[in-house]
Amino acid sequence: MQVPILKQGAYLIATVQSALTDEDLKQLRDALVGQVSKVRARGVIVDVTALDVIDSFATRTLRDVAHMIRLRGAETVIVGIQPEVAFSMVKLGLTLAGVSTSLDLEEGLAYLNRKG
Amino acid sequence: MGSALIGDEIRVSIDCDAAIVTARQKGRALASQCGFPSTDLAVIATAISELARNIVRYAVHGEIILRLLDDNGKRGVEVVAVDEGPGIPDLALAMQDGYSTSGGLGLGLPGTRRLMDEFEIVSDFGKGTTVTVRRWKR
Repeated sequence: MQVPILKQGAYLIATVQSALTDEDLKQLRDALVGQVSKVRARGVIVDVTALDVIDSFATRTLRDVAHMIRLRGAETVIVGIQPEVAFSMVKLGLTLAGVSTSLDLEEGLAYLNRKG
Repeated sequence: MGSALIGDEIRVSIDCDAAIVTARQKGRALASQCGFPSTDLAVIATAISELARNIVRYAVHGEIILRLLDDNGKRGVEVVAVDEGPGIPDLALAMQDGYSTSGGLGLGLPGTRRLMDEFEIVSDFGKGTTVTVRRWKR
């Protein structure tokens, strides 16, 4: 299941639509890191509202995305982590340290605008 | 153990990363059928994901077995992850947060133990690993 990536102004928005395999996650990572340079995006939003599980592999991949994109000079914000997903992640020991998160897409856009 | 199996068990063969998603979706559906609240569904699905990924990563092939249990009126879900992979040479080490031989985060086994109510692991070096976890409905 490929994740569509839309360009909106200076930002890229990737909206996850359904469960992702490890391979899908790696493809998303590579596509985002590639697209950031191609369109000279200043910010990236990954919307994970549709994910009912964010396990250790997904967390590591999302963290890698944010760190790689930061090295490219842009900001990443993960939006839409569901409450029960957040609960499971913390119990498992996952923190997404060093990665920006927002409640939803609207908050994520506001965050990137503030970062300007 | 004293708990009875309700209905048929579900077996999911784990041999690729797409099967990890299948296993956790089937586990979630089974737990949902048993009336678990949504937080527990996410917890159970996450635990299945970690156990199934361990199979793909370390043993290449194995199986996830999902069962509904009844223990004197208390309902629960049991997940058994079985493989005939290389086994774990040092279980105590494998249960430590942050220890991984595959470059992962090293949270799979200790994290799964924190997610679930019961956790048992049997590993025969060279013969395989069986992890059994249960979560009971509150």
